Amino acid sequence: MFDLTGKTALITGASGGIGGEIARVLHGAGATVGLSGTRTEPLEALAAELGERAHVLPCNLSDFAAVDALPKQAIEAMGSLDILVNNAGITRDNLFMRMSDDEWQSVIDVNLTATFKLCKGVLRGMMKARWGRIVNISSVVGATGNPGQGNYAAAKAGVIGMSKSLAYEVASRGITVNAVAPGFITTAMTDKLNDDQKSAIMGQIPAGRMGDPAEIAAAVLYLAAPEAGYVTGTTLHVNGGMAML
Amino acid sequence: MSDVADRVKKIVVEHLGVEESKVVDNASFIDDLGADSLDTVELVMAFEEEFGIEIPDDAAETIQTFGDAVGFISNANA
Repeated sequence: MFDLTGKTALITGASGGIGGEIARVLHGAGATVGLSGTRTEPLEALAAELGERAHVLPCNLSDFAAVDALPKQAIEAMGSLDILVNNAGITRDNLFMRMSDDEWQSVIDVNLTATFKLCKGVLRGMMKARWGRIVNISSVVGATGNPGQGNYAAAKAGVIGMSKSLAYEVASRGITVNAVAPGFITTAMTDKLNDDQKSAIMGQIPAGRMGDPAEIAAAVLYLAAPEAGYVTGTTLHVNGGMAML
Repeated sequence: MSDVADRVKKIVVEHLGVEESKVVDNASFIDDLGADSLDTVELVMAFEEEFGIEIPDDAAETIQTFGDAVGFISNANA
């Protein structure tokens, strides 16, 4: 239904569960994809799986000089950059009273500041093209909070406010900026939870199950598509009813 | 100098859709030529490309009028 033929997309965190699936789905819709992440091996594997129209662009998002260079590298590799998906994220969970400055800062750096820098870095080309799609991956905890995740929730809430502000500024140039807020999705990040934590989470999800990465990717595909041109500044919650916002 | 002015004027006319006669030295992009703040960013981007120069953000903020732009670019090219 959604056709991205001829479009180019940069996806950060493409070595992870959700990011990899976003890359597959955008690629499946016809887009050329730039796969970014810190670990080269899974990126190479994904690129090999996708075949043509896939470029590997390793980048450590805690290295701000590398972050600044990434949009340019993506444009050099793909010729343009129409769609940016800021998906990469890290967690450094700890009780608030025990959270170190370093745990706080590293999560803010990667999840919020790198997202800011990448948004800024892609705008020039999108403004000239009078077309662009930015999809920032937030989280349900950015809206609800979560014990042990003061840093992560702050960053993810920050992403939503930042996306809205940018959406205002560039709407007249054909650029949309939206967020997707996943609930609990089956990935390596949620595999770290123990069974007690998992069953407690299940009790809060009306759908009675964790989400699948493909269900996040479908939301991103919609927001990246030409058909979503009138949708901007919104947050699409994909959480099985866990938080109805 | 006049060459720079002509090229800058062409960009301004094209980008803002204003009449050439209105693009005079003391014409303010925002107050006289109907630009919004994002237009001024785009104009600076267009100047950078046309003249192959880099206009840093703090310098860009000083470029308020057509004359400012021509002056800055002439100096940068000198």
